[in-house]
Amino acid sequence: MKRVVAREEFCIGCRLCEIHCLVQHSKSKKIIKAFREERDSIVPGIHVEEKGYVSFALQCRHCTDARCIEACMTGAMHRDPETGAVLCDADKCVGCWMCIMVCFVGAIQIGADKHVASKCDLCMGAETPACVANCPNEAIVYEDSDE
Amino acid sequence: MNRYPYLIIGNSAAAMGAIEGIRERDSASEITVVSREPHHTYSRPLISYLLAGKVDEARMPYRPAGYYEDNRVRAMLGVTATHVDVRERAVEISDGSTIPFEKLLVATGGNPIVPRDVEGGNAEGIFTFTTWDDVRRMQQFVEQNDVASALVVGGGLIGLKSVEALSALGIRATVVELADRLMSVTFDQTASDLARRALDEAGIAVRCGTTVTRIEQADGEVAGAEIREGTKVECQMVVFAIGVSPATEIVRGTEIETERGILVDDCMQTNIEGIYAAGDVAQAVDLLTGEKRAIAILPNAYRQGSVAGCNMAGGQRSYEGGLSMNAVDICGLPTISVGVTVPEGDGYEVLSVLDREQPMYRKVVLRNDRIVGAVFVGEIDRAGIVTGLIRDKVDVSSFKGVLLSDDFGLISLPAEYRKHVVSGAGIEV
Repeated sequence: MKRVVAREEFCIGCRLCEIHCLVQHSKSKKIIKAFREERDSIVPGIHVEEKGYVSFALQCRHCTDARCIEACMTGAMHRDPETGAVLCDADKCVGCWMCIMVCFVGAIQIGADKHVASKCDLCMGAETPACVANCPNEAIVYEDSDE
Repeated sequence: MNRYPYLIIGNSAAAMGAIEGIRERDSASEITVVSREPHHTYSRPLISYLLAGKVDEARMPYRPAGYYEDNRVRAMLGVTATHVDVRERAVEISDGSTIPFEKLLVATGGNPIVPRDVEGGNAEGIFTFTTWDDVRRMQQFVEQNDVASALVVGGGLIGLKSVEALSALGIRATVVELADRLMSVTFDQTASDLARRALDEAGIAVRCGTTVTRIEQADGEVAGAEIREGTKVECQMVVFAIGVSPATEIVRGTEIETERGILVDDCMQTNIEGIYAAGDVAQAVDLLTGEKRAIAILPNAYRQGSVAGCNMAGGQRSYEGGLSMNAVDICGLPTISVGVTVPEGDGYEVLSVLDREQPMYRKVVLRNDRIVGAVFVGEIDRAGIVTGLIRDKVDVSSFKGVLLSDDFGLISLPAEYRKHVVSGAGIEV
């Protein structure tokens, strides 16, 4: 399957990936409107970490051996049979946070409503996820990984 | 004799893990599931959400409708397996028939513990809380008797979630815990205090260091309870949530080795070849101590089931060991606790930060520069990174100063380990 690969040597820490993730998952899909009206109701699925001159953008790795799926007590966390992406069904999630406990990448967050888990959905099968499409320096790329 | 290629006793997380583990290697042979409960596989931990009215029955399934058909599973539901005949390699069923098997997985889970010595313990209105049918019985009792107050005995995961659910129904609820703190297996005193405050704010009374000694009856029904120091608690129903013990009845009197649970090796196989055990019934190796221990939590159950399933289908996968851990939201307060959080003896180092107002609490327990336990209350988003450090037994001496800082993240980890984390099995850097 295709995965987002972070290349920390190219990341300039601009956080445009976080913003475009937020816009992509907003209702309006418009950057100004989303930022003004919806930024408190969406948690970006990608997160830039920065220390000194080092920075990188990281989201869910969509692991083959996904501990979050195993730990999910409701069956909300599942693998999309078509794309292989690890997705959280918000209708089934009750916010027990087992997934957050076992994700060693720290890529799952408490959603903005505080009731369901929030994570990268690879833009639901989009050809290129919004974070990758809008990275100005190719610090995140979308590549096929062979398994 | 026509032997069933894969027979699984149980229909919960470990059983589903096994089905999925088997199907990764063997898509053809039929899998048979025998479960004493009549339901399609459902999420056991959701029963407290169902009782509270936070989810409806349509949301109970752990796997979608059509799951058994899609996975070629013959589901024998509402059927009780009574005994494993090791010599004949067959499982006896309560109707007297037997099912011969090639590979067997015992995933019978746990039985709720009920104290025997409580006076008045035979009253109507006393419940345990581990099954969907328990929810139905409780709902019916609450409705018929117009229950206004309840006592929950046990301040662990099941106790806290059931007391929260009863409170959500408008019932005045009290929880008593014998230990000096709530969630005593993985919480320390501070985490317990913060949880207790969240419960207080929800109107739930908490009493630690005590337990029920007598249940008062009126017309055979619960009419109050007395706790150890003689104090009376007003209640019309009592829920025992003092833990589960591995449901080993099915192998009793056989050559299959048991201690508290069924002993398994790192392939999840018992001492008898071709007979496996997984989930709450199994006593598997503990990651931190290396000793065999029954840890009744869902993530371990699924993992054990999936390891067992893979090996039953001829694969070779080993279980790296269970970790005692819990994620629980207590009346809106998110908490995660992992491993040893109240160390006893020498050689431990404890780091913590606390803001009671927020509330926010983070604590890590180290031994030989490895993290062996952690507690997160309030802010939990990066807790999983710490769980990973515990599991991988990473030497944290070079970055232990930042473990508890607000901006702790993958970037805080040594570059080598960071690459390993983001590029694990099937993952690219």
